[in-house]
Amino acid sequence: MAATVVPPVEDHRIRPAVPSPRLPKAKQRKRKKTATDWVILAAALLFGLLIALPFLLILVNSFKSPADYTAGGPLSLPTSLYFDGLVNFWNRVEFPQKLWNSFVIAGLVALFAVVISVFNAYALGIGRVRGRTWIIVLFLLANMLPQEALLYPLYFLFKQVGLYDNIWAVIIIFTVIQSAFGTYLLSSVYGTFPKEVLEAASLDGASRWQILWRVIVPISRPTLSVLAIFFFIWTWNEFLIPLTFLVSNDNQTVPVAITALQGDRLMDVTTTSASALLGLIPTLVFFLLFQRTLTRGITAGAVK
Amino acid sequence: MTSLDTKEARETRQGRRATSALPGSGPRAARAARAARPARPAEESLLPGSGRRGFWLYLIPGFALFAVVVLVPLVWNVYLSFTDYRGIRPPTWAGLDNWRELMADERFWTSFLNSVFLIIAMVVVPTLLGLLLAAMLFDLIGRKFGGRLASFLRATYYLPQILPVAIAAIVIGWILRPENGALNTVLDAVGLGALQHNWLGSPDTALLSIMVVMVWVQLGYPVVIFMAALQRVDPELYEAAELDGAGWFQRFRAITVSIIRPEIFVVVLTCTIAALKVFGPIYALTRGGPGDSTIVPSYYAYSEFFQSQQVGYGATIATALTLVIVVITIFFIQAQNRAERAERER
Repeated sequence: MAATVVPPVEDHRIRPAVPSPRLPKAKQRKRKKTATDWVILAAALLFGLLIALPFLLILVNSFKSPADYTAGGPLSLPTSLYFDGLVNFWNRVEFPQKLWNSFVIAGLVALFAVVISVFNAYALGIGRVRGRTWIIVLFLLANMLPQEALLYPLYFLFKQVGLYDNIWAVIIIFTVIQSAFGTYLLSSVYGTFPKEVLEAASLDGASRWQILWRVIVPISRPTLSVLAIFFFIWTWNEFLIPLTFLVSNDNQTVPVAITALQGDRLMDVTTTSASALLGLIPTLVFFLLFQRTLTRGITAGAVK
Repeated sequence: MTSLDTKEARETRQGRRATSALPGSGPRAARAARAARPARPAEESLLPGSGRRGFWLYLIPGFALFAVVVLVPLVWNVYLSFTDYRGIRPPTWAGLDNWRELMADERFWTSFLNSVFLIIAMVVVPTLLGLLLAAMLFDLIGRKFGGRLASFLRATYYLPQILPVAIAAIVIGWILRPENGALNTVLDAVGLGALQHNWLGSPDTALLSIMVVMVWVQLGYPVVIFMAALQRVDPELYEAAELDGAGWFQRFRAITVSIIRPEIFVVVLTCTIAALKVFGPIYALTRGGPGDSTIVPSYYAYSEFFQSQQVGYGATIATALTLVIVVITIFFIQAQNRAERAERER
């Protein structure tokens, strides 16, 4: 629109530097990169490198022998690839078993917490039961409470029913904690669910149970999968409650097993680094696999 | 949730306006009129032809689990805060003793002061920096250098978020180690050997080091959320503002910040709760030390529970922390509702 406006002549006289009318300039700016743009890009890349630096350090030092580390320090590249650190750690903590424990716990929590969140949000967002705002705030308590506050009573409760040192204790606890966030998010998503769809479904004579499983769950699947991914990663990374409840070696999760070894005299620097690498890989793989779903779904949830 | 209760609030307001428009209606008349009004439309379920009653059934599994895992322990914990309990003999009632002790406990106040520093590191800095980075990635790098590079950088910034806290602590502890740690080695290599320091081991730098670590951990979260939110912004709005001669910062303030305000609220609230609850990094890196220089309420409670066996006092600290978090959350949600309302009425 500005292209039709011929710049007044006086303007040119005052500021002869203005090269062209406005619109072409705006169009050009999209493609043409100024020096400032390159400086900002360099800054962004440098910043990214700074953030990734600890990860690179783990990578470099996991493949060094202790002698190599002593000689070259933490920053040098390994003189030869050395896998003993990784292998030692893998065997010492029986890593496959810890991996399986973490996987079962995080996977089941993701599944159960999504189901519970859907039920809650169906009643709160679509059913709009009385006092729903306060019910949601109440559920959110699970997220707001410091876990230390729950630890002691939970310890007694689960000991009473014989679930202490059992992965099911951890699964139940995190199902509740994660579904609190899920209920909060899903209720607001379901609160804006397209009414026409629901009307059509109930005209067809579908029951509530059918509408939930055949209409609402399939339509909200993108949001549900994001929730599941969040729950999986969050539960995988949890530390305090697994540390307290899973005392025996066979039940430990990956983060607990790695931390438990830190005081060990046999852990030299490169083995520590290797253990960090092994602890990091599963979530990294999971994150890379689902990165697209994640960003798409965050948008879906944020639209509200 | 917020959208739900603002809808209700709006209806109440409309109802109030309508009733007070009646001639000669005082506050009492208004109240009576409101009470006499039939059920409001928002009080029905979204499913046509089905009441709200039966939906209670769907809350049963969630509520039963919640009661066992949260409600019972919470009440238990509040009860323990009024007792003298060491974990072995049954608790004896101590009235307000613990609470009186807490108010005079310098360690407790130090731990809360440290929480304030952690809020700076986990809320203030990441939100401001995250806004700037998200706008930069979206507005400049995404448009001029391609979306692929922008999402690669976003993923890089997000990396520390997926790192398990326990493992992050190991890596950071090793980088900051006084002898042969990576940071001190780097300082030595670039000729700044004089700056070498026992970063986590001396009281003057321990908290600062933790703060830097927490900024590193937290930054990716606002960047990802804000970038997702920015997709709502109409690019034409930017172009129009650009044509009107608005500078980058003006556009950033007038368009970006105002459109993604809901996400800013969510990020600030969730990060504040997380900052008040911080436990893992402290436990793994410094255990609150040296001295009390990095102690935080949740670690203090933990050490009372499991190291000093002062369960009653630990429960008091945990309850106090819970109270603070709940009050802040309620205050926040109300502020958010007010802001949303103001936005709508504009």
